[in-house]
Amino acid sequence: MKKRQFTLTALCLSLAGFAMPASAQKKYDPGASDSEIKIGQTMPYSGPASAYGTIGKVQAAYFKQLNEQGGVNGRKINFISLDDGYSPPKTVEMVRRLVEQDEVLLLLGTLGTPSNTAIHKYVNTKKVPHMFLATGASKWNDPKNFPWTIGFNPNYNSEGKLYGQHILATKPNAKIAVLVQNDDYGKDYFNGFKEGLGAKAASMIVATASYEVTDPTIDSQIVTLKGSGADTFFNITTPKFAAQAIRKVDEVGWKPTHYLNQVSASVGSVLKPAGLDKAVGLISMLYVKEGSDSRWDNDPTMKDFKALIKKYAPEVSPDDGNATYGYAVAQMMVQVLKQAGDNLTRENIMKQAASIKEFQVPMVLPGVLASTSPDDFALFQTIQMVKFDGKNWVDFGKPVTVK
Amino acid sequence: MSTNLPSHEKAVPWIWLVLGFLGACALPFFITNYHVFQVSMVLTYAIALVGLNILIGYSGQISLGHGAFLAIGAYTTAILMDKADMPYWMTIPIAAAVCLVVGFLFGLPALRLEGHYLALATFALAVALPQLLKFKHLEFLTGGVQGIVIMKPEAPWETLFGLKLNSDRWLYFFTLAVTVVMFVIGWNLIRGRVGRALIAIRDQPIAAASMGINTPLYKSLAFGVSAMFTGVAGALSAILVAFVAPDSFTVFLSITLMVGMVIGGVTSLPGALYGALFIQFIPNIADQISKAAPWAIYGIMLILFMYTMPTGIAGLLRLIGQKLRPTNP
Repeated sequence: MKKRQFTLTALCLSLAGFAMPASAQKKYDPGASDSEIKIGQTMPYSGPASAYGTIGKVQAAYFKQLNEQGGVNGRKINFISLDDGYSPPKTVEMVRRLVEQDEVLLLLGTLGTPSNTAIHKYVNTKKVPHMFLATGASKWNDPKNFPWTIGFNPNYNSEGKLYGQHILATKPNAKIAVLVQNDDYGKDYFNGFKEGLGAKAASMIVATASYEVTDPTIDSQIVTLKGSGADTFFNITTPKFAAQAIRKVDEVGWKPTHYLNQVSASVGSVLKPAGLDKAVGLISMLYVKEGSDSRWDNDPTMKDFKALIKKYAPEVSPDDGNATYGYAVAQMMVQVLKQAGDNLTRENIMKQAASIKEFQVPMVLPGVLASTSPDDFALFQTIQMVKFDGKNWVDFGKPVTVK
Repeated sequence: MSTNLPSHEKAVPWIWLVLGFLGACALPFFITNYHVFQVSMVLTYAIALVGLNILIGYSGQISLGHGAFLAIGAYTTAILMDKADMPYWMTIPIAAAVCLVVGFLFGLPALRLEGHYLALATFALAVALPQLLKFKHLEFLTGGVQGIVIMKPEAPWETLFGLKLNSDRWLYFFTLAVTVVMFVIGWNLIRGRVGRALIAIRDQPIAAASMGINTPLYKSLAFGVSAMFTGVAGALSAILVAFVAPDSFTVFLSITLMVGMVIGGVTSLPGALYGALFIQFIPNIADQISKAAPWAIYGIMLILFMYTMPTGIAGLLRLIGQKLRPTNP
């Protein structure tokens, strides 16, 4: 083993020596070469969060098609996406495999707050780019202490704050009820929301109910919240519960101004199961385009996306919000790789990821731009407020800054 | 003393044990760090399976909730390291003691339950624990859903007998040492008074009681000791993974342990090792065979294993051993 490594190193060194003048700019770290870029990922294809597996499937399809079209700067993407079953110890094992055995250049879109927490320190010690994580916890934006980690989703905290400010501006005497998932995703949103309401938070929020992600339903919570007499409802729930809540609110004849967190704003996977007529008037935010929205029917990216799904991942529904999301992440990744050019070192990848200048990801809403700087890794600083008209989310106002 | 034991437990080929140990010591220098980590995880599972074996194999009580004791061991270590800045090695005996007490106390009322009912009671424990770990008023200790990130220990020396150490290799040796100690404890327990008493209670509870064996005491003791082994495994796995969270200890983990024990071989110490290998590697192999339906492959493998080796891997190996030495009674 040692000997082989030594000869390999020697070979590389001598090759590098010979090739010096011709390719002065070409620089590689493990996982990158003239012909290939290795990208690793963990995804819950099995277990309680397996619905998110769609993200990985769409990304695998995207890279497959990209390779058939010639790859990025002539290099093929070797995308290794492994199942972690949403179990943090498994994530650690799989990520160690990706970094130490498969020797990937970088990790892309690893999903879940607990899973990413488990590998956070490890990837930063190993100095492996840990990019565009599929979670919106605010802790991923910490370039000072964790310079190798960069998230994708707009952070939950800022979004919650924005809803709070919106209520304060439009309905200063609102009586607010909040339903919140009992974990740090829920808390991030709720804390932001309270910050947005400021000093009036305590008097305006008249009822709060929480649930566990393992609960079967949230029906009784909705009944309790309605009983509080609230006229405004902030719904901090993940897709399954969001659909239940929308239906139950309608069933019990409660008519609050209903704010729904962006996490569950998918028409295909939340509003349709809940009943589109019951979802009229919902207020939320969007940043990724919706597959079910007819205004994108002639949009080139959406057309490409639907063709891709049809050809490479027919089991995936194009209306599933996770599908367009996965597509957007893959597009962002390719942009960073293009920026990096022939300098495919891990350091340069992070440098490029930290200097994205107002880039319009094609699958992201027009005007919602991706920007980063070396001391701020929050990718999306703007987001679009939307209202549901019974068929589509309709923009209201300009994209707003979430900071 | 050893005359009371079944023949297969008696003949220990010492030479194989010594060779195996030497091989285990050399192993980390020949494989990648990632594999070293995997093998360390195998050892921790093996310890947990020894514990489960004492309970299910020897004392005949069924537990579907041993994942909970793994969690208690892991959290004890994580909390002590995180909040009390205790060195990792010191937390192992404490985790063991905590689990021994919790297991013993849980064993007391559980005694009134037999067979399926005990299985359900332990199952309840496994279902409840992840949520208890998220409990608001315990959050200052457990970190809630976030879990606890702990510092991975570094090797205390740069080299060992001229061979380069690193964090993974060092932790492997540490785990190996603990594993050997735990196996020796298990071995002594099983072949001594306690082991005989447990087997007697399992096979003939009435006869055992009339012979003067304190049945309730031994039964809860078995539960406590079993929990202690599992707790040590949990503590080690927390150190290896350097992170604990409620999502790490779902009900499925308890079922996985049960599967590992049966596949490895009930009432067999080496069986714990085989079962641990199954737990660690079969899901990965299944995933490599089919990305679309890894759990279907896992299920098929499980059925194949049970069908071809009804007494577990250890039973099969024993059978082969007997066939090869027909003269040996």
